[in-house]
Amino acid sequence: MKKAFGKAYRFVLVVILIIAGIALERFGVIQYLSDPYELHYLLDLLAQHVWMVFVSMLMATALGLSVGIIFSRPRYKKYSGIVMYIVGLGQTIPSLAVIALAMSFLGIGFKPAIFALFVYSVLPIARNTLAGITAVPGWIIDAAKGMGMPNARILFQIELPNAMKVIITGFRISLVINIGTAALAFLIGAGGLGELIFVGIDLMRPDQLLAGAIPVTLLALFADYLVELLGLVIVPRGLRIQEEIGK
Amino acid sequence: MNVFDFIYKNAGECWLLTLEHIWIVSLALFLAILIGVPIGIAITRSEQAARRVINTANVLMTVPSIALFGILLPILSLINQGLGKVPAVIALVLYSQLPIIRNTYTAIKNVPPEIVDAGRGLGMSGWKRLKEIEIPLAVPVIIAGLRTAAVMNIGIAAIAAYIGAGGLGVLIQQGIARVYGEMIVAGAILVSLLAIFVDAGMALLERLLTPKGIKVGRELGR
Repeated sequence: MKKAFGKAYRFVLVVILIIAGIALERFGVIQYLSDPYELHYLLDLLAQHVWMVFVSMLMATALGLSVGIIFSRPRYKKYSGIVMYIVGLGQTIPSLAVIALAMSFLGIGFKPAIFALFVYSVLPIARNTLAGITAVPGWIIDAAKGMGMPNARILFQIELPNAMKVIITGFRISLVINIGTAALAFLIGAGGLGELIFVGIDLMRPDQLLAGAIPVTLLALFADYLVELLGLVIVPRGLRIQEEIGK
Repeated sequence: MNVFDFIYKNAGECWLLTLEHIWIVSLALFLAILIGVPIGIAITRSEQAARRVINTANVLMTVPSIALFGILLPILSLINQGLGKVPAVIALVLYSQLPIIRNTYTAIKNVPPEIVDAGRGLGMSGWKRLKEIEIPLAVPVIIAGLRTAAVMNIGIAAIAAYIGAGGLGVLIQQGIARVYGEMIVAGAILVSLLAIFVDAGMALLERLLTPKGIKVGRELGR
């Protein structure tokens, strides 16, 4: 039964791939991409997209980590509930609304888009950093204190490594959302792969539209996978062994 | 800039767009429950199937929303439904699957086995155990999944304005096209408020639908 299910799953995957290939040919995407001028244009937009995501994620990670760390310190811990509440509220705000608000206050172009992406990406990172550090068991920290570790060392050698798995999850969510939202940045004049999608919709040109939609999707999936691999490297081995035993 | 003036003067239009937005999201959510909850219950029987289904739903969730609209458009154009509400609702249903399936699965899996055993001891059949024990105990967690899905769907439905699905995204879309600041901000504020209200409303529903037994148990646990 199990084997049959696994085989059926693989079969379905192969069929989907074949159908996708035929569809790409029929909608003219292959022809579109074999035009060297269009390919160059696509690569330019891809570079723009990746750069936008990279810059905003870099800033968001820096701020998110520091907010998470600051509000998990004993002195500011009493405010952590409020911070979590604000972050939760911020996350319910739709991405298009954030982009639109950034445009109406900062104008159009690359900078407002970066700002909107940055603001929207900080939230999951900050929340997961805070939640991850707060969830580190008290007895581990007590043990570290008993060994005479100063607070800074407790943070870097105990709290952060133990919280790393949760932080990486937050980073992953944030990155995937960021890549999707960056596709909307075209609307406020920042370019990116969204340009092909939106212009393709307006012109009703499936080839151009898919030439934008498929790279964005692949980019998001690839980023997701890459961060998962990163998690395997960064999360301390001890925690991973613990998890495997837990299974 | 006077946003409230704009909303006040165009109250009728804003109200209609809000209703349209709610209609798209609730239709999608309804269909998503019909598909997702049975799948979530079915995969509790096989761990391998569960892993595969949840992974697939996870991949779907990773696809950026505008890209999914883009991919659906040429496919649905074959049956003349490329633009409008149909692709929007399909995309929303697909995105809702992960939170709904995952939460249903976890909730049913986490029903304490001794309670299920007690049901078996009372001579309940498999269906009856599911209907009278497992599902009522799982409802709060399933509602939590619906809450995530609803809030996410409100945001994605706003983007669906670009494929002609209507809703509050229209204010943002038209506002950007006309460089009409008040209109953009009005759309952004209304859609955010809608998301925040729905989030709060679902949280309340979650609390109301928690069976009394669980609440008592939780209080005693404290």
